[in-house]
Amino acid sequence: MTELVVGTKKGLFLLDGEPDSGFEVAARAFAGEPVDFATRDPRSGRLLATVTSPFYGPKIFYTDGDPDSDWEQADGVALPEGGDQALERIWVIACGESDGTLYAGGDPGVLFESHDGGASWELNAGLWEQPSRPHWQPGGGGLCLHSICTWPGDPDKLAIAVSAAGMWLTDDAGRTWRRGNEGINPGYLPAEALADENAGRCVHHVERARERPDRMFMQFHGGVYRSDDAGASWTDIGGGGLPSNFGFPLTIDPADPDSAYVIPLVADVDRVTPDGRVRVYETRDAGANWAPRGDGLPAEHAYLTVLRQAFNHIGAGEQLQLYFGATSGDVFGSGDAGATWATAATRLPPVYSIVAV
Amino acid sequence: MTVVCVRGALRNLAGGRAEHELQGDTVLDVLRALESRHPSLTGWILDERGVIRRHINVFVNGEQGDETSAVSSGDRVEVVPAITGG
Repeated sequence: MTELVVGTKKGLFLLDGEPDSGFEVAARAFAGEPVDFATRDPRSGRLLATVTSPFYGPKIFYTDGDPDSDWEQADGVALPEGGDQALERIWVIACGESDGTLYAGGDPGVLFESHDGGASWELNAGLWEQPSRPHWQPGGGGLCLHSICTWPGDPDKLAIAVSAAGMWLTDDAGRTWRRGNEGINPGYLPAEALADENAGRCVHHVERARERPDRMFMQFHGGVYRSDDAGASWTDIGGGGLPSNFGFPLTIDPADPDSAYVIPLVADVDRVTPDGRVRVYETRDAGANWAPRGDGLPAEHAYLTVLRQAFNHIGAGEQLQLYFGATSGDVFGSGDAGATWATAATRLPPVYSIVAV
Repeated sequence: MTVVCVRGALRNLAGGRAEHELQGDTVLDVLRALESRHPSLTGWILDERGVIRRHINVFVNGEQGDETSAVSSGDRVEVVPAITGG
């Protein structure tokens, strides 16, 4: 059985089922609250949810028990007291390579680390104290740190992405950071501004190929890119069959470092699926060619928006399952690596995130 | 003593009690005192800057106030989530 951990505008939903036979809502938590991201740590079984109450600010909660009631608030999810900034939102939680280690990314471009499975967190000082930070520019969703890519087997190496402060890389467990934006061409900037490394690099989502960790894929604000040097530089791969180079989410097949999946939207001025058709696009040759995968997805008058955390996978190779949710409240799944799709849920609140477990 | 009144989720975090008698010269003082007495409230009313969160209203004896509003013994501070949503 597959579990889908779904963060929505109005609470957390746990869906249980199989891609072929459908899913049922097994639990709902944080009724009425925006759950920006939620996941289950497969190492511990712990559920974690990031909740940004419009009244009480962003929090991380976790439970090892009944998701309907038994949640505890994590400690340390805040910026230093007495400063001039406040934490706005937690956008993502990712498992680290060390046992019990988790990372959380948030707005304003901050990284938190936990070494006790998410019960307590510390702000990463190296990124917080970046000298260029005062010049970082937020995207439309804020200064969000949304992608956290660990390096298999090496807890010192990490790549993170901030919209719109771009890619940041560390080889010393976050003590020092360097940029990784070479080759990215923000078409929305005037040519004269490209030399300014603080000018907005609006990265939307990044994933690392675990079988070849120096390979990464990026959905940019107007561009799809690949890196073969661990995020230091990027090559445009958006030309080979994509209907648009705009979109938010991206996922991969962990078994194939040449694979990536994106869900293009028309453009930044029209953030819906092109031509009223919902299609996932797949590459198996590192971005040289992209092929649409829409069998079973809505094919007419379907103008969906899929957000950056709302596309995820479980399994690999022939067992790869793919799931995505839309702000329409629809969730779709594929049990055959995207060849065919089925509806997993409808009429949920707007979907912010999906993690398949 | 100033009486600070909380409701809803804040009341649950404040030991299940709605009314709390606290010492302080300003709204910020009594809210900090409330956090000290009930640490789980830390970060829920005031953010890291010591600013009342955008969608929480504070009334002192029925008049809207802010962190700097002066309070004295016998005053009543109501902490009320704003009418907002979507």
